[in-house]
Amino acid sequence: MSLNKWLLFSLPLIGFALLVYFFGRAIGSDPSILPSTRIDQPLPAFQLPTLEDPARTVTATDIKGPLLLNVWATWCPSCIVEHPVLVALSREGIRMVGLNYKDEPQAARQYLAIHGNPFELNIADVKGDFGLDLGVYGAPESYLIDAAGKIRYRHVGVITEDVWRTLLWPKWQEMGGTHPGPAAGDDSQKGGA
Amino acid sequence: MNMKRMFLPVAALWLALLGGTALATIDAYEFKAPEDEQRFRVLVEELRCPKCQNQNVADSNAGLSKDIKDRVFRLINEGKSNSEITDHMVERFGDFITYRPPVRPLTWFLWFGPFALALLAALIILVRKFRQQPATAQVSPEQEARVQALLRQLEQSETGAKQEESK
Repeated sequence: MSLNKWLLFSLPLIGFALLVYFFGRAIGSDPSILPSTRIDQPLPAFQLPTLEDPARTVTATDIKGPLLLNVWATWCPSCIVEHPVLVALSREGIRMVGLNYKDEPQAARQYLAIHGNPFELNIADVKGDFGLDLGVYGAPESYLIDAAGKIRYRHVGVITEDVWRTLLWPKWQEMGGTHPGPAAGDDSQKGGA
Repeated sequence: MNMKRMFLPVAALWLALLGGTALATIDAYEFKAPEDEQRFRVLVEELRCPKCQNQNVADSNAGLSKDIKDRVFRLINEGKSNSEITDHMVERFGDFITYRPPVRPLTWFLWFGPFALALLAALIILVRKFRQQPATAQVSPEQEARVQALLRQLEQSETGAKQEESK
């Protein structure tokens, strides 16, 4: 009899605890952020021209890190927000490759000339096929690529100084990314922030 | 307002709206065979737009949904099967992309959870039913005797009270 009573009292309590657990989890997480399916995999195969020189093509095997692959476009308002942070990070010696996603190359080149170019090279994915293969669902997105060319981490959304310090920097160190400090001679090429 | 008079215009409006959306997503593609078009319809209905929170690719006007539709169209023309096309998308965007999640350990709760809960509820109801029956019969002879004595006492006092009332 008393066992039944305990059951009767504890069932709503257990139910309540479950609700608290699941709602509590939901509070901290943004449902619009999807996990990447490409973690610990090499970049999907592609063959695309660079933004800088349309005659030059790059493939997945050309992209060896440690580096940060940043998905950006001139039509993406958040990309302008994070751009100064990218420029500052590249000045500190973080290697970056840009994936210019579904953009007009002419507008993109102009954008970099105005706002500064933190990228050592830009992949021009005008149609967005490589983006789709990579699982890109919005810009900006940033991928950490290790020395073997494998994807180690994806960040969806703007990189702020805080995001870099708390999320990306630990992963960057984990994959053996060094922090060589300001790269001499590179500054003139990368322009002002 | 007269309901009957309203019915026809409302129905016509619905038909126009429904027909419009269904056609809008299709007419940009030229299919080799009508079966291909049918497969395309089913596939884009079941694919979820990763950019939107809860909308399928068929209904979405997001740029990415257009790209996904283009890719589905291309894969159909390459002779890929429905499951190959769904797998192609899941490989890129994860289980989120499909409204028909695959059965795997991570989705067991999703697929079998409701049945497990129903079974559990049925079990609890059954157990409670079987427990209640012996509980009513569990009275020792002593208790039984006491109950009888008390009942007799009550009866006597009641009849006594009645007799006094009638006096």
